[in-house]
Amino acid sequence: MTRKTLNHKRNFFANPLRKSLPGTDQFASVAPVSKHYSALALARHALSPDLPWPRAWRSPEPKRSYDVVIVGGGGHGLATAYYLAKNHGIRNVAVIERSYIGSGNVGRNTTLIRSNYMIGGNTAFFEHSLKLWEGLSHDLNFNCMVSQRGQIVLAVNPVQLDVFARRGNTMRLNGIDAELLDRGEVMKLLPYLDYSDEARWPIYGAIMQPRAGTVRHDAVAWGYARAADAYGIDIIENCEVNGFVMEGGKVTGVETSRGRISGGKVAIAVAGHTSHVAKMAGLRLPVESHILQAFVTEPVKPIVDHVVSWGAELFYLSQSDKGGLVFGGHIDGFNTYTQRGQFARIQTVAECAVSLMPFISRLRLLRHWGGIQDMTPDGSPFICRTPIRNLYLNGGWCYQGFKATPASGWTYAHTIAHDEEHELNRCFSLDRFEKGLELDEFGLGNWTYKQ
Amino acid sequence: MRLPCPHCGERDFSEFRYGGDASKQRPAHNSGAGIKEWHDYYFLFDNPKGPHVEYWQHVLGCRRWFKLSRNTATNEVGEIK
Amino acid sequence: MTSFRRLPTAGHVDLATPVNFTFDGKNYRGFAGDTLASALLANDVTLVGRSFKYHRPRGFMSAGVEEANGLFTLGTGARTEPNIPGTMVDLVEGLTARSQNAWPSVAFDVMAVNQLAAPLFQSGFYYKTFMGPTKGSWMFFEPFIRKAAGLGEATRDFDPDRYETRYDFCDVLVIGSGASGLAAALAAGKSGARVVLVEQDTALGGGLLSEPGLAGWRADRLAELKRLTNVKALTHTTAQGLYDDNQVVLVERRDHLKPAPEKGQSRQVLTMLQTKAIVFATGAIERPMVFSNNDRPGVMLASALRSYLNRFGVVPDQRAVIATNNDTAYATAFDLAAAGVTVFVADHRQTVSADLLAEAARLKVIVYADTGVADVGGRGRLHQVVLTGAHAATISCDVLGVSGGWSPAVHITSHNGIKPIYDERIAAFVPGGFAKTHFGAGAVMGTFGVKAAIGDGSAAGAKAAAVAGFTAEAAALPAPSVEDRAYAIQPVWMPPLTGKGKAFVDLQNDVTAKDIKNAHQEGYQSVEHLKRYTTLGMGTDQGKTSNINALAAMAGLRDVPLTQAGTTTFRPPYTGLALGAIAGRTIKKHFRPTRLSPLNDWHQANGATFIEAGLWMRAWYYDWAGKSPAEAYVREMEVVRRGVGISDVSTLGKIDVQGPDAAEFLNRVYVNGFAKLPIGKARYGVMLNDDGIVLDDGTTTRLSETQFYLTTTTAQAGEVMSWLEYLLQMHWPELKVHVTSLTDEWGGMAISGPKSREALELAFPGVDVSNTGLPYMGCKEIEFQGAPVRLLRLSFSGELAYEVHLPADYSIALWEHFMQTGAQLGIKPYGLEALASLRIEKGHVAGLELDHRNTLNDLGLGKMAAANKDFVGKQLLMREDVQSPDRWSLVGLELLEPAKSLRGGAILFAADDEIKGHGRGYITSVTWSTELKKTIALALYKGGLKHVGEEIVCAFPLKNELTRARIVSPHFIDPKGERLNA
Repeated sequence: MTRKTLNHKRNFFANPLRKSLPGTDQFASVAPVSKHYSALALARHALSPDLPWPRAWRSPEPKRSYDVVIVGGGGHGLATAYYLAKNHGIRNVAVIERSYIGSGNVGRNTTLIRSNYMIGGNTAFFEHSLKLWEGLSHDLNFNCMVSQRGQIVLAVNPVQLDVFARRGNTMRLNGIDAELLDRGEVMKLLPYLDYSDEARWPIYGAIMQPRAGTVRHDAVAWGYARAADAYGIDIIENCEVNGFVMEGGKVTGVETSRGRISGGKVAIAVAGHTSHVAKMAGLRLPVESHILQAFVTEPVKPIVDHVVSWGAELFYLSQSDKGGLVFGGHIDGFNTYTQRGQFARIQTVAECAVSLMPFISRLRLLRHWGGIQDMTPDGSPFICRTPIRNLYLNGGWCYQGFKATPASGWTYAHTIAHDEEHELNRCFSLDRFEKGLELDEFGLGNWTYKQ
Repeated sequence: MRLPCPHCGERDFSEFRYGGDASKQRPAHNSGAGIKEWHDYYFLFDNPKGPHVEYWQHVLGCRRWFKLSRNTATNEVGEIK
Repeated sequence: MTSFRRLPTAGHVDLATPVNFTFDGKNYRGFAGDTLASALLANDVTLVGRSFKYHRPRGFMSAGVEEANGLFTLGTGARTEPNIPGTMVDLVEGLTARSQNAWPSVAFDVMAVNQLAAPLFQSGFYYKTFMGPTKGSWMFFEPFIRKAAGLGEATRDFDPDRYETRYDFCDVLVIGSGASGLAAALAAGKSGARVVLVEQDTALGGGLLSEPGLAGWRADRLAELKRLTNVKALTHTTAQGLYDDNQVVLVERRDHLKPAPEKGQSRQVLTMLQTKAIVFATGAIERPMVFSNNDRPGVMLASALRSYLNRFGVVPDQRAVIATNNDTAYATAFDLAAAGVTVFVADHRQTVSADLLAEAARLKVIVYADTGVADVGGRGRLHQVVLTGAHAATISCDVLGVSGGWSPAVHITSHNGIKPIYDERIAAFVPGGFAKTHFGAGAVMGTFGVKAAIGDGSAAGAKAAAVAGFTAEAAALPAPSVEDRAYAIQPVWMPPLTGKGKAFVDLQNDVTAKDIKNAHQEGYQSVEHLKRYTTLGMGTDQGKTSNINALAAMAGLRDVPLTQAGTTTFRPPYTGLALGAIAGRTIKKHFRPTRLSPLNDWHQANGATFIEAGLWMRAWYYDWAGKSPAEAYVREMEVVRRGVGISDVSTLGKIDVQGPDAAEFLNRVYVNGFAKLPIGKARYGVMLNDDGIVLDDGTTTRLSETQFYLTTTTAQAGEVMSWLEYLLQMHWPELKVHVTSLTDEWGGMAISGPKSREALELAFPGVDVSNTGLPYMGCKEIEFQGAPVRLLRLSFSGELAYEVHLPADYSIALWEHFMQTGAQLGIKPYGLEALASLRIEKGHVAGLELDHRNTLNDLGLGKMAAANKDFVGKQLLMREDVQSPDRWSLVGLELLEPAKSLRGGAILFAADDEIKGHGRGYITSVTWSTELKKTIALALYKGGLKHVGEEIVCAFPLKNELTRARIVSPHFIDPKGERLNA
């Protein structure tokens, strides 16, 4: 079979790698190498162990100019690049990342995805994201291990269940799956929780989203990178942006540690460093950078088959496919860029874990780490144009950056391509606080450190 | 991280509650400041990666509020302002 | 065939004290002083587990915390613990240990068949498949992957053991009790500083425990240490993490004492230690070498062999090969030879120093220079080593000791963000720098000789003491009787792999050299990408023996020097740390405080059922009224609407506001006017946050020109207190006002109902509580049993009502007094459910409406905002959308379909709306109305009271319900307030 025939057969899977690209012909002379991932390709490589897999993404020298420069090679930046190419045919794009891709929050989160949002604007956006998650491994030809195992949010008093009900009803009325569970139903699904009289707060019931779950976070960065690269997008790692080039009131490029790179449009997607980068353009934002800690235990055989969240305090836990229990709680509560958490917060989270699921007491914490979380007063993000022409902003993700990745990239790409927000991200504007259009999803009030 | 309560001395940060950026100038009572000024005061932040002046309250102790300088890039605690 | 045996002279093990234990159901005997590992080896048990992915047979490869293979599940039932390295387990009587990841047995593991499919299972294979044919296909494959993952199995039972948390302080913390650590502790201790010395091992001494020639020196130092009462030396204690500002988390394991602690004994103790200075004397960890089949049982670190010999008296049966690239492994070779073992040394280096060769010759150790290991033979135990290089040969042997060099244990030195740096001199990473109060000594700094380490330690200890304010003596410690050998390492990072078998870099996660090569090829070349893609370093050993080899391998593949290859970020904890130890006693009922009203005991004794309200336990309903909440609250409401009821409102926030500027202060903080509130009058007030959103509501009473009594909602009491303090201290210091919380100091009760005045008259005869004597929103200060009482005519229920506040300790007495004197009126207690229902009928907003999103207008309180004064939040309240008429606002609802219910959380639609989307509002609170004899609710609805009279639909899809209701005024009863003013 000729390569052409093979490629033709793969149309069915809409493989972006079909398109011929510069810089990937290095293996062209080697007999069938698999740019496309599949069980068949794995088998072929197993039989010929010296057959090299191609690089997942290139490491090109940056060109002097691009149509779009994306600052930040995390999940959102890479997703944006991918959707710019896929949805809008814009491929002359560079993603500029100051370290290695995925070194920021996409590689540090607790991997949860869900679309249980009830404030108008949030609801449709996060559901759009979940729908994109559902097809992502397929679209990217990279197994992101999208595991829709369900999220169960436990209510600790009847009033809380009513508050959850508003959320669940709103979801259902917007075509999103949600179920109310009573205590008995929760006991069946999560037998390992503390239902005894010794528990500080009883479990009254729960709200569940069956389609929620977890995703392998690194795979998302790598998958989007590989797919974007396949469209010819340049991913420039180890290149730090340290200024914007402005001409006549608009942005025309960036200054970097590897020289000036011009861009017809420049889009910021740097999460915890949003204020830091925006400042280079003279912008002051409704963002504070806080630390969120995350934890993982030693790997053990499966016990927890769902994502479990608690209504007593902010606490969420799931079991990764490698076997470790991954969990987290609240931000430490003060501005910091150190990515080092305080022990008192670790104690709080451990207390939640052991009180909610006592079996975890003897399991050992293997690692804890932190990320810089860009917090906004209402807990909702920005995906919008800025007051500066040709400069776009994506940031302020608080706790929901990871689950928003596909929709963020999708809508951001639209915003950049059309110089106008899509209906789905119109509410995520910079000026919403001036107008009074806060999207306070959890009713915590307009404080960054209470979200 | 240990914070220097001006009244009680050094204590673990968990005895305190955070009050956010203290470098911003709150419009005075009856000052006539409008929406834009109040919005910029309340909703916008410098959020520096470096020296930061911020409010803390020794809420589990003497309940004193104070302004503290701290470096957000290192968590190194500076002086009471 | 035997691989290991016990010597009659057994190092630090007490052969007079046998200890019985079981492994995989079989009984064995060890001795006091053994670890599980040394006891198993002494019993010639070389095969102890199967590897994670390929299920390859594995045995111990170390004698310490870096153990990657010998992991066990200890204990049974609720005390089961998986993944515990046998090298760190004290052997105690009755210990039960089981191997992991093998079925039906370690010797014959069915899953070993994985090895046949090994080429398919290379690192990262799962990213390349499981994507089709359907979109949900990962969900099909996932359970199989999950079952194969994880090593041990955790128990689901509740942990029966207890853990303590301590907070302690010292001047100097010394981490590690090897030669340099002991020297540092002594130097600092002699200066008078309070010193804490921690050692993760079961005894003090570190490497000295395996140096017979230094036993005397060690014993002398330990005796000196004991005499210093200001030095606390802790064994079994791991310094798990370094946190900001010199806070170190120490975890002491006491579970070595017995497998099941007695009641009240703690299994582990976690100490948060606050120190002024730290000496890091954490030593170094030996590196394995990478070659084909380097994971076989019998392949061990050279220093581990020495430890088993000198510390535990366990020796290879007859023949040993030592492979090395540096001088230190010769100590093992010589000690083994002296114990009667035939030893061969395969030295990678081209030339070996003359004095080593001379000593080797003397002990009949055969040394092959310029020779390395190509492969080994054996599955359950080792039987041969295949050498390559200048002396290519196959040598039969019982063990292979490898020394790829030493990696300083820098982990905790970099927890605060200072990355380690590569030191070419010793081909290893050393601490990249220290804060002013931190010092390093000994092997962790690359100082591998004992004498030099001692000097290091003394100097570091003295400097640490100095930083803490203590002057150390100049006198040096007596020198030990050994000469420091050179290190002379020639690193061998990734030798050409000539053997056919797998060459492992990370033993625990089964990551091979080929995996690293593949990762490199596919572009996963940065350290973090490499680790995440291959899962290298992510096992329970946290990469202690794999990190550096992997880094070096990748550096080689990338053709960059190790200084540029990047390094891993080390994070706490240093070893696995039981979550129970971190949670301590703050679990179960002690997870968070339980706040009790001062009237709690009365409720308990009088048939109350309680419910959680935040941290509070509140009386929910009383059994005089019924058996279930649904039944009881209705009867309680009826008593209030028709007679008189008494309810506990002690949880309300109460704040005393005093000072010449108190009125001005309240005037600024509340949206409505307080400056001119007459003395003896109360007023309902709402306060906003700076953003114009409602923060809280409450009633504030003026007691005098300069004193006010402010109440808040239960939930917001703390918030409001801090907010008031913030404004006064940080922004309005010119106002002379003091605020004091009385929430816990004062209790309160509501006396409500048409007969409530009579109840007061009976309780306080002689006090004028007539309509003129105590008018609506009035206040009277009286006394009860000598305690001050504030009698406030306030109503939450909408009936004629009073709130009586007094110091908490007198609450029960006054309550009982009301119950007694009011008995003839039929006074009855009513609980939280009825309290909430009454206020819903009245249309009072409460917590469910005050949700930090709703504004004054939303809650129907827009008119309260004073036009003629500035108040907190006034400006941002005027924001366009905050004032928008399109917002939803407070309405009442009446159920139109009596057979159905209204529910909190239902979404509201106009009668002809399509039932989808976000609707026009939602129901906040629901109750049965005893007055109207129907179900009513408070709700937020777009356009609010403009729609009074309209029929709407309440959708509750979670229960598949659609219910019709009518919009009415939220003030269901007594809209003119006649009852209030009676």
